[in-house]
Amino acid sequence: MTKVDARGLNCPEPVLLTKRALEQGAPVVVLVDDKTPLMNITRFAENAGYQVSHELVDGDYAITIQA
Amino acid sequence: MGKTKDHLLVTIAGLVVGIGAVLLTAFGNPGNMGFCIACFLRDIAGGVKLHSAEVVQYVRPEIIGLVLGAMLMALGTGEFRVRGGSSPALRFVIGFFVMVGALMFLGCPLRMVIRLGGGDGNALFGLAGFAAGVVVGSLFLRKGYSLKKAHPLGKLEGGVLPAVNVVLLVLLVAVPSVLAFSAEGPGSMHAPLLLSLGVSLVIGALAQRARLCMAGGIRDAVLLKDFHLLYGFAAIFAAVLVGNLITGRFHAGFADQPIAFNTLADGNWLWAFLGMALVGVGSVFLGGCPLRQLILAGSGNSDSAIAVLGMTVGAAFCHNFGLASSGAGTTTAGHIALLLGLVVVLLIGWCNLHREAQS
Repeated sequence: MTKVDARGLNCPEPVLLTKRALEQGAPVVVLVDDKTPLMNITRFAENAGYQVSHELVDGDYAITIQA
Repeated sequence: MGKTKDHLLVTIAGLVVGIGAVLLTAFGNPGNMGFCIACFLRDIAGGVKLHSAEVVQYVRPEIIGLVLGAMLMALGTGEFRVRGGSSPALRFVIGFFVMVGALMFLGCPLRMVIRLGGGDGNALFGLAGFAAGVVVGSLFLRKGYSLKKAHPLGKLEGGVLPAVNVVLLVLLVAVPSVLAFSAEGPGSMHAPLLLSLGVSLVIGALAQRARLCMAGGIRDAVLLKDFHLLYGFAAIFAAVLVGNLITGRFHAGFADQPIAFNTLADGNWLWAFLGMALVGVGSVFLGGCPLRQLILAGSGNSDSAIAVLGMTVGAAFCHNFGLASSGAGTTTAGHIALLLGLVVVLLIGWCNLHREAQS
């Protein structure tokens, strides 16, 4: 499983990192610290046909993306 | 289902921005300028005497309302998160030059759309330049451009820009005598304070919720084939167009447009194009257009607060050194500053490509 730490990055950098990680294959777990990248990554991954879920971990969002 | 709800939210936010712009213009704001972040930050810079261009001095309640509306919404939804430290000085410089570009064209990306909705054909060159700038900025992002990570900071840090806006509001209401007010020109044209403040509070809150961004629409379409934010862009245009048609303010053409120069004269189309190209690249490098920077600054983002300060100081420089355009046309000093800005901003982009870290 690939892990991406995208906390503190400007949009759309978290989405681009996610996209790059997914090109290597799912599943991917992305860590973000704000709701905007959470929404953007969820929208991107769902549009690309992946299953997306997230949970709150120590105030950050851990987004799990699976085929 | 969530996706449709998101599209609906950003569309509604865009429609409200457009209606708000037409409404504020009908009640006194300058033509095709219901909302212009660049023009209004410039007017505030004049209002607090950072520059002495007498026709553009007024502490615009719209800016205050946008920041505070965003802050209230962010606090209410638990999204007020204080972050900062991602290349603040570079963001100040980029913000500065975004303003140089915007005041060359005479409008931020939001006013560009509002001008288009008023029939101002000159804004087409601005739109072309803006789109080109956003595409160039997006290519840098694809190559690994980043101003590096922001980090969590104390609550007080995130309160600075909202506090500055509260102080401005207090001065405007309680001791206006310490501020400068234009007696003529665009700065003298304004809607009633309470209306400006009320409309912008609502729009600030909605824009925070919907993440409305003029640069993000084109950027995401290029990079991710995601057209979500373009819904907002299109909604603003549609609402302004219909609103202007209803209120008799739609005048198609290039000459004699309100607060705009004729791009078909003196090769000015090129400067309108390049001005907005600089705004486009700069906005992508900052992570959002000037409107989005204000909203983020209201939501605790200290990096965006720095960008807003950079834009404000940039506006003061534009008028102190004769860089800003006017209805009469562009200036040679402005051309030089604009070309310098393009070089500096692209150099900042080049120096912040972090290919190895991104692979």
